[in-house]
Amino acid sequence: MRKLSISSSPHHHIRRDTGQVMRMVCYACIPGILANIWFFGFGILIQLALAIATALITEGLILELRKKRTERILKDYSAVLTAVLLAISIPPLAPWWVIVIGTFFSIAVVKQLYGGLGFNMFNPAMAGYVLLLVSFPVAMTSWLPPQSIAEQSYSFYDAVHTVFTGFTTTGFSIEQLKVGYDGITMATPLDHVKTSLLQGYTVSEAQQHLILDGAFGKGWTWVALAYLAGGLFLIKTKVINWHIPGSMLFGALILSLLFYMVDPDQFASPVFHLFNGSLILGAFFIATDPVSASTTNKGRLIFGFAIGVWIIVIRNWGGYPDAVAFAVLIMNMAVPLIDYYTQPRTYGHKKTAGKSS
Amino acid sequence: MNEYKDLSLQGIWKNNPALVQLLGLCPLLAVTATVINGLGLGIATTLVLLGSNITVSLVRNFVPNEIRIPIFVMVIAAFVTIVQLLMNAFTFELYQALGIFIPLIVTNCAIIGRAEAYASKNPVQLAAFDGLMMGLGFTLILVVLGAMRELLGYGTLLTGADLLLGDWAAELTIVVFQTDSPFLIAILPPGAFLGMGLLIAFKNVIDKWIEKRMASEKANKVVERARVTGTDI
Repeated sequence: MRKLSISSSPHHHIRRDTGQVMRMVCYACIPGILANIWFFGFGILIQLALAIATALITEGLILELRKKRTERILKDYSAVLTAVLLAISIPPLAPWWVIVIGTFFSIAVVKQLYGGLGFNMFNPAMAGYVLLLVSFPVAMTSWLPPQSIAEQSYSFYDAVHTVFTGFTTTGFSIEQLKVGYDGITMATPLDHVKTSLLQGYTVSEAQQHLILDGAFGKGWTWVALAYLAGGLFLIKTKVINWHIPGSMLFGALILSLLFYMVDPDQFASPVFHLFNGSLILGAFFIATDPVSASTTNKGRLIFGFAIGVWIIVIRNWGGYPDAVAFAVLIMNMAVPLIDYYTQPRTYGHKKTAGKSS
Repeated sequence: MNEYKDLSLQGIWKNNPALVQLLGLCPLLAVTATVINGLGLGIATTLVLLGSNITVSLVRNFVPNEIRIPIFVMVIAAFVTIVQLLMNAFTFELYQALGIFIPLIVTNCAIIGRAEAYASKNPVQLAAFDGLMMGLGFTLILVVLGAMRELLGYGTLLTGADLLLGDWAAELTIVVFQTDSPFLIAILPPGAFLGMGLLIAFKNVIDKWIEKRMASEKANKVVERARVTGTDI
């Protein structure tokens, strides 16, 4: 039994500062990044290096222009985290200018022009990602197949060479690296199933493909599981709350289950939606951005659930195979409204009309 | 003469229809994918503004106050039809490129706004000059925004100048850089919104800078005068 301990006020301590929280999230990405390297090669490391360098330079320059305390703000690691999230979202061998433009836009326009950390309405990494996806559709959809089923493998030096020149040291282009050992260009599992459905195949026929083991994408599933481990670590250490990831996964799973029960030929199973694409990464690392997400617990539940629903809707009927970025941006716009209607009751006050607690 | 100077300043800078009044944004954002499209629509709008301001000013004493708005709209619609037919006749390809946005000039609030706020209260020559300056201010923004988007999106400037100016102008096109993967967002509508926001921000920065300079000049002008009389009373 613990003894009663008495301490003087304040009793509520700040456990971590912003920099520590941001660093923890970066560290929690490491398992996912390692899994990505294992299955898809070294490309992601180069993207990470380029993104972090661009983010720090851009943030530093703009803070100097705005006459802020540059060194102190740079140490809050928020720019690094944005860079990391953007770098792990784009294809590993995308040309160098893709990640540079995207990171610059994220930091300069989405974050600093709105007033810096704490004032940005939109998630910077996802706004940068959408800018890139809309602007450079070819480069942004050049995903490689897992190295185990690819025809060509590539080394670290090849990765550097491809990012900067478009070709490996032996002269293969990204298009050639995308070819699987059956000689056919590979797409991502989500993209493949979407295209097959449009061509009139059923989901189970589409899942016969080389890139899938049933509902599980080869390689992709392990990367998703690695991010899940990182995300659970974040919840365990109380860096993020369970509300957003929990309600987001619940929303996505319940809606996909509903459609799957209506017509399993036309709609993929919840398991497929969970382990392919970036649903897990988005739930634990992206939607939980403390600035652009809802700030009350009830609001977080609504925010996460709606993102999950949007993801399934856009994956099924939208023009793009994956939807985390769009869903997060749509719900970022709804955050002021959600926060307005979920204000908690102030201690000692009654509920006010129109603002249910 | 001072009145004219004031009108020019109002139209092009202080009260610019696109940057300050934020009127006519729909065509502004929709057609400015290239410089020439912007310039074409700008000239068309200027002509309509000029014509409608002159006409409204001429008839201002005969129009019953209660039905002035429908009458102004009909005047504007007549001029838009004239411009549309002229463009159809002489710059057919540009007419096709601008499409629905030429007839939509009728709904451009900048035009009815000037008719109501200025032309219906002022003599002809001033109203005409006001229309011209407002039109030029609008055209200026269309061209600048078009240049930004064309440069970022296609890497060129003045593509399709021959559509507006005739065959000799085909050589005016400047290729700044060539790329296989154009920056599509600059050409798509979001690029227009982003570009417009940046232009407005840029204008505000310049205004603030001018204000600061004026203030510091004023402060420097204050001369401390030594009091030489009546000090010993």
